[in-house]
Amino acid sequence: MGPAATQLIVDDPDRGVFRIHRSALTSPQIFEAERDLVFDRCWLYLGHESEIPAPGDFVRRSVARRPLIFVRSAKTGQIRALHNTCPHRGATVCRTDSGNGKVFQCFYHAWSFNTDGELVGVPDRQGYGPAFRMEEMGLRPVAAIESYRGFVFVTFDPNAESLVDYLSGARDYLDLLVDESESGWEILKGSNQYSIDANWKLLVENSIDGYHAAPTHDTYMKYLSSMGIDVAGGLAGRGRALGHGHAVMEYKAPWGRPIAKWEKQFGEDARPEMENMRSRLVELYGAQRAEVMAEINRNLFIYPNLIINDIQAVTVRTFTPTAADHMEVSAWHLAPKAELPQARALRLESFLSFLGPGGLATPDDVEALESCQDGFRSGGVEWNDISRGMTREPKATDEEQMRSFWRRWRQQVSPQREVVA
Amino acid sequence: MTIEQLTTAPTGAGVTEGGAVQRCDVEDLLYLEAQLLDDWRLDEWVQLYTDDAQYIIPANDLPDPAPDRDLVLVNDNKFRLLARVDRLKSRKAHREYPHASTRHQVSNVRILDQSGEEIAVSAYFTVWRFRNGRDDHYVGRYDYRLRRTDGNLRICYKRAVMDMTVLRPTGAVSIIL
Repeated sequence: MGPAATQLIVDDPDRGVFRIHRSALTSPQIFEAERDLVFDRCWLYLGHESEIPAPGDFVRRSVARRPLIFVRSAKTGQIRALHNTCPHRGATVCRTDSGNGKVFQCFYHAWSFNTDGELVGVPDRQGYGPAFRMEEMGLRPVAAIESYRGFVFVTFDPNAESLVDYLSGARDYLDLLVDESESGWEILKGSNQYSIDANWKLLVENSIDGYHAAPTHDTYMKYLSSMGIDVAGGLAGRGRALGHGHAVMEYKAPWGRPIAKWEKQFGEDARPEMENMRSRLVELYGAQRAEVMAEINRNLFIYPNLIINDIQAVTVRTFTPTAADHMEVSAWHLAPKAELPQARALRLESFLSFLGPGGLATPDDVEALESCQDGFRSGGVEWNDISRGMTREPKATDEEQMRSFWRRWRQQVSPQREVVA
Repeated sequence: MTIEQLTTAPTGAGVTEGGAVQRCDVEDLLYLEAQLLDDWRLDEWVQLYTDDAQYIIPANDLPDPAPDRDLVLVNDNKFRLLARVDRLKSRKAHREYPHASTRHQVSNVRILDQSGEEIAVSAYFTVWRFRNGRDDHYVGRYDYRLRRTDGNLRICYKRAVMDMTVLRPTGAVSIIL
């Protein structure tokens, strides 16, 4: 028996104490409670508008373990999220990963639905009585779906606040990213679908943890050095809480950025055009904002489970717990619709060498998280320490970002219900 | 034993300049590669690759990608392949130190085309990985292109296309497939 949920976090800013009781990361009861109190209450990332550009385009996707259809209406072009279950007897209606069509037909009894979810065909319709109403038997939409600048979110809570309110201070950071490219952004083809034998909250921490970069990813730093990138200075920057549990780690780094920080890794050929890109940003947004857009790397965390890294490549990563000690991770590569071949090459190279599960860094993170989860089983230590930087202006290598997450998590998980670990 | 000896020893005859390559010559090379990987003799392994070699693992949901446009899991040139070898030998590739036990099983080897300078080969693979009480497996098809250099066959292109629809539950591709 551990402490009740209200006591899972010790947060004492004056003394610089911030501790998480490890049962928050191991307890099956807390995992169960999170489904109701976190994942059924928040706005959750569904996908990007560019994944379904044309009317009738659809993608099959699971959000918080619920099978959904992310579809653009063939009639109106509106974006929808429908529960992927036949209202008749339950079978999943959409059984391919993606495609384009006007009708989804359930293979079990051949009921068919249009891309707005309306029931449009039932074999032997006459077999049903007067209470059977076609308009009540369509594919159910999720409680709400909203898009912010191309990023599409859903919630299963009919009383949820608007997405814009929910995003709070994270909106500015989405704006910074989206405004970098005038051509607009698209998800590239191909995705990473992997898993980690660890609690999902460990990946929240890891994704915004500047402190681990140098020691854990020593071999990746050496790889960067071998390409002439001087990483000795480390990551200079800050961590910030953005309200509602969202947070960001923003920092300068020695590498170039496809928009619009030229370094010799791009080659001299690309230099004039990249300098033009920079001038264009200054023209559109002013010198100060242009500098932030071009020079600063951002690891953005949107509560509870979305990471958007704007480093040399842009990752969109979300993850879902399937047990207290297991999560499923999905990641995509977001890139400008139009850009220099050299810049695109760097993005692709950076994504797969650093961010992907076949790269030179991500396997280390997977190992680290699984190692932590394994260490928790010892039971010899009750608390994790997340206090770094609490008594100074938080740096990118401090843990303010993580405290932002944990404080919001405590608000959500604690007051409504007493969870005994 | 040098790589040259290893490469040519099994068939004795080796690969003669201009003569047709037999399937057994290709099998010898692929089996040698499997053994070097399973023995973690990575410095010798990487010598099987030409300087302009490319090693690709597509994403599970996009088996036939354009690596200059699409997301892939691995797209190594020789420079990155050598970096991968250095990393795996460094004791700081944390998922592979201590090393996993692996077994690369190669089968269904076919020469598809040897009319040009390069020999196109397809084979099936099952790669088993065991570590810390867990076992992972990777199943799929290799697409190779081989080239004759100084009487030996060398690999100038290898693509490992996985059959698994997702990379769960393995979590990562921390070894060389």
